[in-house]
Amino acid sequence: MAEARAESLTVNDWGGGVHPYRVGHRKLGMWLFIMSDTLTFGALLVTYSYARVASVNWPTPFKFSPSIVFSTIMTLVLLSSSLTMVFAVSASKRRKRGAARKWIAATMVLGLTFVVLHVMEWIHLINDEGLAPFALAEEWQKAWPGASPLFGSTFFGITGLHMFHVLTGVIYLGVVAARIKKLNDDVEVAGLYWHFVDLVWMFVFPLIYLLSVDYHGVLGK
Amino acid sequence: MGKITGILMFILAIVSVLLFIGQKLMFGSELWWFPEGISEHAGPIDAQFMRTLIVVGVAFLAAQFALGYAVMRFGRKGDARAVYTHGSNKLEVTWTIITGAVFIALAILGQRVWAQLHLVAAADNAAKIEVVAQQFQWNFHYSGADGAFGRTEARYIDDSALNFVGLDPADAAGKDDAQLTTLIVPKDRQVELTLKSKDVIHSFFVPALRFKQDTLPGMAIKVHFTASKEGKYEIPCAELCGSLHHNMKSNMIVIPSDEFDRLMAMSEEQFKEQLGELLGRYQY
Amino acid sequence: MADAVHPVHGEVHRHPAPTGFIRKYVFSTDHKVIGIQYWSLALFSVFVGMALSLLMRLQLAWPGQEWGFLKTLFPSAAANGTISGELYLSMLTMHGTIMVFFVLTTAPQGGFGNYFLPIQIGADDMAFPVLNMLSFWITFVALVVLLSAFFVNYFDPDDLNMVNVIGPIGGWTGYAPLSALGDKAGPGQGTGVILWITSIALFCVASLLGALNFITTMLNMRAKGMSLMRLPLTCWAWFTTAVLALLSFPVLLAAGILLLLDHLAGTSFFIPGGSYVSGELVKDHAGGSPILWQHLFWFFGHPEVYIAILPGMGLTSHVLATFARKPVFGYRAMVYALFAIGLLGFFVWGHHMFISGMSPYSAIAFSVVTLTIGVPSAIKTFNWLGTLWGGQIRFTTPMLFAIGFVSLFVSGGITGLFLGQTSIDLPLHDTYFVVGHFHLIMGVAAIFGMFAGTYFWFPKMFGKMMNEGMGKLHFFITFIGVNAIFIPMHIMGMAGATRRYSFHFNPVTGEGLQYLSNMTPLTRFISYAAFVTIAGQLIFLVNLAWSWAKGPKASENPWEATSLEWTIPSPPPHDNFAGILPEVHRGAYEFSVPGAPKDYLMQSEPGAAEVHGD
Ligand code: HEA
Ligand code: HEA
Ligand code: CUA
Ligand SMILES: [Cu+2]
Repeated sequence: MAEARAESLTVNDWGGGVHPYRVGHRKLGMWLFIMSDTLTFGALLVTYSYARVASVNWPTPFKFSPSIVFSTIMTLVLLSSSLTMVFAVSASKRRKRGAARKWIAATMVLGLTFVVLHVMEWIHLINDEGLAPFALAEEWQKAWPGASPLFGSTFFGITGLHMFHVLTGVIYLGVVAARIKKLNDDVEVAGLYWHFVDLVWMFVFPLIYLLSVDYHGVLGK
Repeated sequence: MGKITGILMFILAIVSVLLFIGQKLMFGSELWWFPEGISEHAGPIDAQFMRTLIVVGVAFLAAQFALGYAVMRFGRKGDARAVYTHGSNKLEVTWTIITGAVFIALAILGQRVWAQLHLVAAADNAAKIEVVAQQFQWNFHYSGADGAFGRTEARYIDDSALNFVGLDPADAAGKDDAQLTTLIVPKDRQVELTLKSKDVIHSFFVPALRFKQDTLPGMAIKVHFTASKEGKYEIPCAELCGSLHHNMKSNMIVIPSDEFDRLMAMSEEQFKEQLGELLGRYQY
Repeated sequence: MADAVHPVHGEVHRHPAPTGFIRKYVFSTDHKVIGIQYWSLALFSVFVGMALSLLMRLQLAWPGQEWGFLKTLFPSAAANGTISGELYLSMLTMHGTIMVFFVLTTAPQGGFGNYFLPIQIGADDMAFPVLNMLSFWITFVALVVLLSAFFVNYFDPDDLNMVNVIGPIGGWTGYAPLSALGDKAGPGQGTGVILWITSIALFCVASLLGALNFITTMLNMRAKGMSLMRLPLTCWAWFTTAVLALLSFPVLLAAGILLLLDHLAGTSFFIPGGSYVSGELVKDHAGGSPILWQHLFWFFGHPEVYIAILPGMGLTSHVLATFARKPVFGYRAMVYALFAIGLLGFFVWGHHMFISGMSPYSAIAFSVVTLTIGVPSAIKTFNWLGTLWGGQIRFTTPMLFAIGFVSLFVSGGITGLFLGQTSIDLPLHDTYFVVGHFHLIMGVAAIFGMFAGTYFWFPKMFGKMMNEGMGKLHFFITFIGVNAIFIPMHIMGMAGATRRYSFHFNPVTGEGLQYLSNMTPLTRFISYAAFVTIAGQLIFLVNLAWSWAKGPKASENPWEATSLEWTIPSPPPHDNFAGILPEVHRGAYEFSVPGAPKDYLMQSEPGAAEVHGD
């Protein structure tokens, strides 16, 4: 019914304002948030590129195994979480709250898995490889003379901020799932956020990980 | 109220303009103005400043007078109605084009001196001096008789041993180098400065030269200019660098080119002995 | 079904008027209360900022003079009653930061925008009331954090008798590496800078939330009939401002986080290797870029200065039309010029960095775009003149301030045309010419926007008229005063007076820059003018207090204006339109319509002349 009326109302009749095709507040708000958050990450990635290009020698220490294997698994986990989120959104659109809730839960589990894997990866880098936020492993310093200590800073800064986003996302999804009766429409909005966080990772992964693979085996096998 | 406000705008506009062009009329000289320019590019910069001042001054007067006139002329008269108009595209296009043309012209003219200074490399016979800024002191590193600078590195810096620029004691090229806190440059010959900083950002500024360049830690910036008048000129630091920023200043002394060459051939001690005389020779 | 089409109608009573004091006045979600909170925060901040500028002017005109009252004011930082170099710089830093962030980014947007954007578009509140409340309170916390930096003392271990600094010392631009090195770079660079950057980061978050709220509200909540081209220009200005804020604050936020990491986590984003600070080689930092901070800061900083002035521009257009009783000249051109300024504003940040050591080629590119941005500004100026031309001007106080805005905008804008040329910026960068430029255009033109807004909307916000006599006196003192303060600064800059110097030349001891030895009379003149002007602001304060307590009651539409806020009682009820959302029939500036019964047609008045603005 509403649709039928909506068709007879042209935008001009309404002259702007609250016309039937408008995007909900929360959805628009989320889009705007995503735009601005893109710039925050953009600024960090620019900083990273700047530091990388400007320094004499940039370490490329990640071994295929475990670092790249590990981060590829993380990527897969995050990608599948996007998929489960799509199912959650579509279920909520069909007003199937139970199903939506389950899919959200699956997304949260995958998100948490990502975080756990990531923390393991961090711990590995810090404990086994000797990377610290502001210093390089001695081994790395020998392998890349004059290497910039910013490697660790940018790595932990960017992946840390991303991880923070994933964690916030998990909490946000939890709230939406718990109050799905009231927040049914928010599932879609939360989905936008989740996909955005996923998308950011799709930039972080190649720029931070793949570009730092130890192709030449400098660090030995 | 409209009359008063309008007249105020007129007075304001005229007084502002007088402040800029009227000093000669009032005091017979430009009391408060740029210091006399002493470099080859100072003339062109001042000329571009004057060109801009005239163009912009006319626009300023026109705009303020129009505003003043409008408020005097169009005050409320009884119950009369205002002219009912939503604008005119023709006018809109006209003033957009005119201002666009004026601004682009200024933009292009405004790059000339810049391009000459920054896009052209220094001449081969330029006198080369390294400038090393630090909180809150200017250090000048001269290459000495051999014309080659000794190697410098941060780890050799030792302020207490007066090795401010970090000369490598092992490098032979550095044996005859001199470190001073006064800048001495030859007249009518190009000077190429290499600007560095040890700690934070400072800015090398000589108002009389119409020249300024930030010095950055971790970077060596090459600039060049030609000083064309003998004398002693102050070098204030122009970038906030800490609590004594206002205290960070030095002198630049422009001397005849042959005398400069003689100084350069001296040992560091001889060079430093000359300094007192040089500083006393010229007044600001 | 009707509800599906009128979703907003269903939401009118979303939040019934709260009753408790706390929910009503402190943690309120009502956009009107939040607007007044922002406005009050700015009012408080501006007086702190002015007090600081007064002390700075004292020191500049009488360097090294002892002032007894300083011993009481800053018992540790000014123990001997004089203003030391570092005390001066921390006051300067606080002055700039407070004025730019907590005055000019709060009142015009968060204050007036919050209060009047929903009403002018015919909505009952902002799209996200709770977020709105959060924005304000985060801003408030940011202010508290910043002010707390006043109480940070730096204790110099080598100089046991002296605890001699308050707050951060980095200027409002906080250039790294100075701001990144911490205490070893000198007093005020440790805790002071950390508090400063924390405050800024909080402020960024608050502004982001606010911006998102403004954009959503304006796009989604316009009343029936309020098409985009019928919006008051104030709304367009707030909208453009919000877009700028949304896209520029995140970058500053990122930069702020990096700077904090440099301080707290030991990273070195902004600190290059081989630094030798305070007699020691810096070993734990290397690899950073000394110029990166400037790029990040100015990428935000230039849009920020437009964030400061665009609301004032919108308001000036609005007030000029209202009191000239004429439609805005070239409404569409005004809207497009706003967009053009906003868009170009993102591509000129390099004009603050001509001599920073970046590529001289990019300097040229930035210079050309910078002058181009003058074109839409000029279009706005011409259209303001066009609006006045042929009007029937009523010289109320808000109108005087709007006229003053135009005058100051022209004065301050054209000095920008000097600085925008690389060659001329060479001698003028970081001198008082720049200080003069930005005070004229930002320090006072944008502030005049706030004054105009206050005098114009006070009746609506508080239900009382302000006193016109005091208002006019305030205008004349302020207008003459600020010109007397800031125009001579340009001359000092030409003579080579550097910025951020606690003094240039001390006529008593002969210390300082000799080439400025003849500037003392001018310096003192500026200080005298500043004292008079600052004293003049007390009139404004008295007027506010008197009008609030004793002013005559304001009617619904005392200025005979046309936009929606003037169709509801003064002050408006909790949900603005008492549940009946208005319908809009025409543009916002239908004054002196031939044949109409009165010389103005309200936007919401049905029938009759369905003229213009579709
Ligand atoms: C409200 C804030 C505001 C606004 C609107 C502007 C507007 C402009 N600014 Fe300004 N600026 C600042 C605030 C602002 N600025 C601040 C705070 C700083 C210093 C920061 C710091 O270092 O601390 C600064 C510094 C600054 C610099 C750097 C100087 C330096 O550090 O060396 C430059 C250089 O290009 C510049 C240029 C301009 C230009 C070209 C405009 C233009 O947009 C102006 C356009 C307006 C007009 C041109 C006037 C109206 C037009 C006419 C009347 C038309 C007729 C005219 C003619 C035909 C000539 N500004
Ligand atoms: C909005 C911005 C703003 C405002 C209003 C002012 C106002 C003043 N400023 Fe400031 N100033 C800055 C922004 C501002 N300043 C910035 C950004 C810097 C650079 C900092 C840095 O280098 O890092 C600076 C630096 C600065 C310096 C340079 C110091 C140096 O480089 O060494 C000086 C020197 O005299 C100065 C003086 C003054 C004076 C005398 C006033 C006056 O007090 C003028 C009189 C004031 C008014 C006429 C305004 C009154 C307004 C109200 C009462 C508002 C009412 C409120 C509501 C309606 C809610 N300021
Ligand atoms: Cu060095 Cu200022
Ligand atoms: Cu700018």
